[in-house]
Amino acid sequence: MTIIQTKSSTTNKVLNYPLNAWYVAAWDHEVTRKLISRTVADKPLAIYRAEDGRPVALADACWHRLAPLSQGKLLAKDEIQCPYHGIVYNSAGRCVSMPAQETINPSATVPSYPVVERHRFLWVWLGDATLANPDTIPDMHQMDHPEWAGDGLTIPVTCNYQLVLDNLMDLTHEEFVHGSSIGQAELSESDFEVTHDDTTVTVSRWMHNIDAPPFWLKNMRDKFPGFTGKVDRWQIIHFEAPSTINIDVGVAKAGTGAPEGDRSQGVNGYVMNTITPETARSAHYFWAFMRNYRLESQLITSQLRAGVSGVFKEDEDMLLAQQTAIDANPDYEFYNLNIDAGGLWVRRLIERMLEAEGRTVSAGRTGRVRDAD
Amino acid sequence: MAATNIEVWQQATVVETVAVATNIQRIVLAPTSPKRAEPGSHLDLFVTIDGERHKRSYSVVDSTADGSRVAISVLQAPTSRGGSIFMHAVQPGDTLEITQPLQNFPLRVGAPSYVLLAGGIGVTAIVNMARVLKNLGANYTLVYAARSRERMAYLPELLALHGDRLRVHIDDEGTQLSVAELVGSVDPHAELYMCGPIRLMDAVRRAWRERELNYPNLRFETFGNSGWYDPEEFIVRVPRLGVEARVPAGRSMLEALEDAGVEMMFDCRKGECGLCEVKVLALEGAIDHRDVFYSERQQHAAAKMCCCVSRAVTSPTGLQADAARGPAIVTIAVS
Repeated sequence: MTIIQTKSSTTNKVLNYPLNAWYVAAWDHEVTRKLISRTVADKPLAIYRAEDGRPVALADACWHRLAPLSQGKLLAKDEIQCPYHGIVYNSAGRCVSMPAQETINPSATVPSYPVVERHRFLWVWLGDATLANPDTIPDMHQMDHPEWAGDGLTIPVTCNYQLVLDNLMDLTHEEFVHGSSIGQAELSESDFEVTHDDTTVTVSRWMHNIDAPPFWLKNMRDKFPGFTGKVDRWQIIHFEAPSTINIDVGVAKAGTGAPEGDRSQGVNGYVMNTITPETARSAHYFWAFMRNYRLESQLITSQLRAGVSGVFKEDEDMLLAQQTAIDANPDYEFYNLNIDAGGLWVRRLIERMLEAEGRTVSAGRTGRVRDAD
Repeated sequence: MAATNIEVWQQATVVETVAVATNIQRIVLAPTSPKRAEPGSHLDLFVTIDGERHKRSYSVVDSTADGSRVAISVLQAPTSRGGSIFMHAVQPGDTLEITQPLQNFPLRVGAPSYVLLAGGIGVTAIVNMARVLKNLGANYTLVYAARSRERMAYLPELLALHGDRLRVHIDDEGTQLSVAELVGSVDPHAELYMCGPIRLMDAVRRAWRERELNYPNLRFETFGNSGWYDPEEFIVRVPRLGVEARVPAGRSMLEALEDAGVEMMFDCRKGECGLCEVKVLALEGAIDHRDVFYSERQQHAAAKMCCCVSRAVTSPTGLQADAARGPAIVTIAVS
């Protein structure tokens, strides 16, 4: 008999991030003719729109003395001027003017990163540009599809991005963290199913014939005024590597066929989450709650955004407390439970990406903490 | 901060040397700390000339994906300053001190179309770019010009890989490159990447400006090692310091001044940054400007020169007949 030694699931407390991936750098509405500075994967970026509307992401440091271009000026067309000595670059990062001399140093360039505007987000690729294929941008089509309505926000989280992924891949925490809105004991009591392929992980959980928690009762009554009674509730968590998680969530009147595919007697939402590593210990957490009912109601859009925002504030507090405890207990390891199956597949897929890039799996303790912002 | 300009030095073992054209040696290196070489990257290494270490730059022709094997190619020029003679003598098993790949000539992904122009040994900077563009399915044309077929490194490989996208111009076969035609037919949104002799690159730059094409779309790299004239020995004088130094054909004026004990300011040593600029006080002969720092107007004025690459020659015509009058003499002021 041959015993094959398989690699055990490592459970890094501070996971490194792949670079050959699309990350959201900003909401579409944040990218304007006014420069913004944003750090993605430890790379500070100067982000803006050219006059023709095309988004641009340049390294936020002038070739000459590294002054932040984001504090400079946008000129005509696609050009940006360094605030320090007036060196001008175009959107490709090529120097087009060196005020103090008659020629341009041919080496003078700043990295210009591939960007794509899609699903209401600006996606940026910081790794090997020759591999940047827009077809690999995660599917978040509900963000701007006529059959869906909703909105979202950004949470600046002061923890390793993987902790957010862990949080979203196992929703049994809802009972304890979100007891007043979406939590209920049936979350922990019901079975779940995990599947995966090379780039995705799916965790599905159905809760049959239960009371709707407050958040869902409100949503049911938005669609079915005066609704009372039991519901079937679902949470189908779709992870797409390296850091996008869209959760198909909803409830339907119990026994009306939702588990078999007929959701007409229910309400359905998609919690769209994409988490962009900022540093080893901070991340930009972009989220939105999209729904496919009462599309005309801006009131419901605002209420849902405020409601989910309150729920996510509870997560943010927990994640910050967790990161603080992780850093305060460097000698203690993570241990895993059966409920972590989804999260561990996520880690496995990310670790494979890191290995393919020849990068270390652990970001270790070298990561910088977030600057005050 | 053009990508990678931090020199990380390491040892590399020579694993293969092979002649790939007349006087051109391909040298494959196995570095101790491999790093992937992006298209357009080069490495610096130390050569030994007369017992002294000197730094030289060579484009990375190709490398394995993980950078564990890196190939360069070296032309042994008749006017070699000594580096290429050293490099042609290395044998498998030798070790060299090299940097990880450095990048001053990055290829931008996403241009609507590309022209890659290689002149002679300049092909070494272009081979990798062409391969990447082919892999990306980009719209590109590869133009390769040289004086004769036997001087063209990698020609069979390039023909096999790029087929109709490769246009070959060979002087002694009567198919000389016409810069006017080339630049005249370039798609106005194309990016042109070139590496070759300075005469070729000057001609392309001039044609590019005349056609009023977008200047930042013209990309080039020069290691400052070719001029309008063959290098000849000349004399440099610095009256304020009472220095007179001989600049041999195989040595730069900056090196000669350093050898003479003059404390010089410099950075790139390839005619780009302008830090080694000296004022020309008097001149017997002409200046062979080999830099890309000065505009044509400034070069023509000949009031200053970049001493890292530019030289003095006896005759503005460059004719050997005039050289009999003795070495050119340039009198300068240094900072």
